[in-house]
Amino acid sequence: MLQERDWCDMADDPTTVDDRVDDKTARAADALEITRRELLVIGAFSAAAAATPPAEAQAQARASTPPIRLPVMSKLSLTVNGKAHALELDTRTTLLDALREHLHLTGTKKGCDHGQCGACTVIAGGRRINSCLSLALMHDGDSITTIEGLGTPARLHPMQAAFVKHDGYQCGYCTPGQICSAVAVLGEIKAGIPSHASADLLSRPKATPAELRERMSGNICRCGAYSNIIDAMSEVAGRQA
Amino acid sequence: MRPFSYERARSPADATAAAARVPGAKFIAGGTNLLDLMKLEIENPPHLVDLGGLGLDKVEAKPDGGLRIGALVRNTDLAADTRVRRDYGVLSRALLAGASGQLRNKATTAGNLLQRTRCPYFYDTNQACNKRQPGSGCSAIGGFSRQHGVLGVSDACIATHPSDMTVAMRALDATVETVRPDGKVRTLPVADLHRLPGTTPHVETALAPGELITAVELPKPVGGTHVYHKVRDRASYAFALVSVAAIVQRDGTGRVALGGVAPKPWRVEAAEAELPRGARAVTAGLLAGARPTRENAFKLRLVERTLQAVLAEAKGAKP
Repeated sequence: MLQERDWCDMADDPTTVDDRVDDKTARAADALEITRRELLVIGAFSAAAAATPPAEAQAQARASTPPIRLPVMSKLSLTVNGKAHALELDTRTTLLDALREHLHLTGTKKGCDHGQCGACTVIAGGRRINSCLSLALMHDGDSITTIEGLGTPARLHPMQAAFVKHDGYQCGYCTPGQICSAVAVLGEIKAGIPSHASADLLSRPKATPAELRERMSGNICRCGAYSNIIDAMSEVAGRQA
Repeated sequence: MRPFSYERARSPADATAAAARVPGAKFIAGGTNLLDLMKLEIENPPHLVDLGGLGLDKVEAKPDGGLRIGALVRNTDLAADTRVRRDYGVLSRALLAGASGQLRNKATTAGNLLQRTRCPYFYDTNQACNKRQPGSGCSAIGGFSRQHGVLGVSDACIATHPSDMTVAMRALDATVETVRPDGKVRTLPVADLHRLPGTTPHVETALAPGELITAVELPKPVGGTHVYHKVRDRASYAFALVSVAAIVQRDGTGRVALGGVAPKPWRVEAAEAELPRGARAVTAGLLAGARPTRENAFKLRLVERTLQAVLAEAKGAKP
């Protein structure tokens, strides 16, 4: 997980932004003052570097053909939204891709695919996780709940209904992840799990807006529906209390 | 991602044997860092040994009054453990300041210790990086280095270790227990787990190939006020520019470790003697030998100011 939105750092500080942009532009220009030949050499080097780990480089020196690793298939079972599935997948398949591409549960979304945005949030074994940063194989035998398992258009989960009522979305792409996360967050607060926003580690946390904001920070909404999401969650939390 | 074979280890011995059998094999626990790096083909293990079946997921009281934390205890569970919250608050606070709820639900204790740097030049395979490709150079030096290290860095690498948890463990004098493929068990101070880059920044830890972390042990509680203060570009879900883990006693003595400034948690025991005299006195010793770049020199003043805030908070805390 890289630090996301590094470009925001510059915009966040209005006093220095012009300065820094000028500075960076100047240095980027400096960096471009290399010869065409140097560029080609660098390009060739980095391409070789990226493609050839040391062990493979040695193998290549011995054989003229580069070693090719063939995909490995593996069997696993997943219980998704109460339904058991037997699968045979390439070991590289993430839980997210298993859900979307193999079980055709496309409610769970692929946003960044690197654990930075939260669009892929599902509940695995009772805990919310980023399904993009988990191999399906690591969940062999696990029970997974996706947005499709929380409610249906005819019978919405209370959190889904609250998102609709409070307009907790605009484009809707992050919404399945937001809702799975929101449901799990209220469970975490109920279980007494503290957060960075908890003033006191030894008291039971409460579903205050500050707590909800901190706990939802792993779900990014580019449309900026954050305050409505907090309203939706607060309503559900209030009903549960 | 390159293809790989996969197996689930049944015991620590099974895991180390599997890792020793396949050159380049990697252990996978939570996977939140390793899979990210595999997608970018920065890590290309031919074989993964999944540790999910090992147990090692309990926090247990030790006879000496300390705690033994299994290597696979999730970050969420460690932060929420009632004993950790009561007696090792700095560790709970550090864990809760890191990552997001989703990631803390997956990330493990040992995985957090062994996570790799978030230096953007390490992540960008088009850039030179001595850590990713030994001998290729360092694009961070002379590049955009606002996030980078000011202490313990070298001419080969200025990357930081990104963990919050490890900074608190350093302040707590934690030790790490490991087992090697030959069955040998050893413990080492968390202070000695990470290596400074020197001329070999790709060698990041003192662990031998196939060596597996099985637990982290905390000595018996030392009391005092525990504070973890993390300064970052956003209020949540961002890596530290500077972080301070502190345990301050009522007489003003205590311990301080820094995060976000070095390739490992930074603690200078000799400098801690100055704690009763205030932040400035400590900072002089803590930051001795600092080598900032033009872009991250601000971290030096930020360390002093953050420590000042931490000491004020500790002083104002209810007894």
